[in-house]
Amino acid sequence: MVRTLLVRGLLLGLVAGLIAGAFAFAVGEPRVESAIALEEAAAAPAGHADHDHDHDHGAVVSRPVQKAGLFLATGLYGLAVGGIFALVYAGLRGRVGPRSEGGLGLAAAGVAFVAVILVPFMKYPANPPAVGDPETITGRTLLYVVMVLVGLAATAIAVATARQVGAGPWARWAAAVAAFLVPVVAAWLLLPTVDEVPEGFPATLLWEFRLASLGTQLVFWAAFGALFGWACDRAARVPKAAPVAAA
Amino acid sequence: MSGLSTPSTLPLPRLRPWLLLGVPVLLLVAYLVLMDNGAVSQAGTYLHELMHDGRHLLGVPCH
Ligand SMILES: [Zn+2]
Repeated sequence: MVRTLLVRGLLLGLVAGLIAGAFAFAVGEPRVESAIALEEAAAAPAGHADHDHDHDHGAVVSRPVQKAGLFLATGLYGLAVGGIFALVYAGLRGRVGPRSEGGLGLAAAGVAFVAVILVPFMKYPANPPAVGDPETITGRTLLYVVMVLVGLAATAIAVATARQVGAGPWARWAAAVAAFLVPVVAAWLLLPTVDEVPEGFPATLLWEFRLASLGTQLVFWAAFGALFGWACDRAARVPKAAPVAAA
Repeated sequence: MSGLSTPSTLPLPRLRPWLLLGVPVLLLVAYLVLMDNGAVSQAGTYLHELMHDGRHLLGVPCH
């Protein structure tokens, strides 16, 4: 049973990753291109030959290959995230959340999007190439991971709190939301702010890139949640449908 | 929505080996896609550059 769920998560994660990749390619790539063009223009006077993060001029990977690599990245991301999701789902099933398989799958995907994507994004939003100091990449990555962990911990606290409050659905929801927001808002306020947008970088391009990036994750989690929920519902129906079909 | 069987809980002892083995392996894959900056190996640098646009658009920190 666990194996079935894991395989389902891996495959549907891969599919959702490729769907998100198509969205990112159509909506996000033009913004990445614009940002790289600005980066190259800024680097050109200083010396064309070598700057840290070569995006072109026969660097490690050429631009067309990087564009194809986008699908590899979102596909592998979907595979890994889908697999982890399925294993966590296997543990949650029948213990917390909606009773129906599809309902739980969809609800869990929605919660995961908020906890793992939206919470870190609000503090450390996505940046296009040319925004961000290469020197600080390790620190920024660590802060980002801390924010993801805060989102996950806040979710666990919210679920535990909701289970303690037994007074009707509204009180449970209010308690869960409050228990979620307290650690999240505290982290938003306490963790250091990263502001590395270069002087004169177009605000519209930055905004459009960030929307495209958040959209990519939204497409992934919506597609994955719907596919995973649908597949679980379908599988749950099979044992009862089979004898009828055989008769 | 009729004919749906109620989900049975999977006993935790049966789930544990899957979680202990599967989650670290899958986290490693996610790390290589999203976070690695060539710290692990030269191949890491190549993977980083190859999946560069994906990293930016998936929203994780990059250069
Ligand atoms: Zn970059």
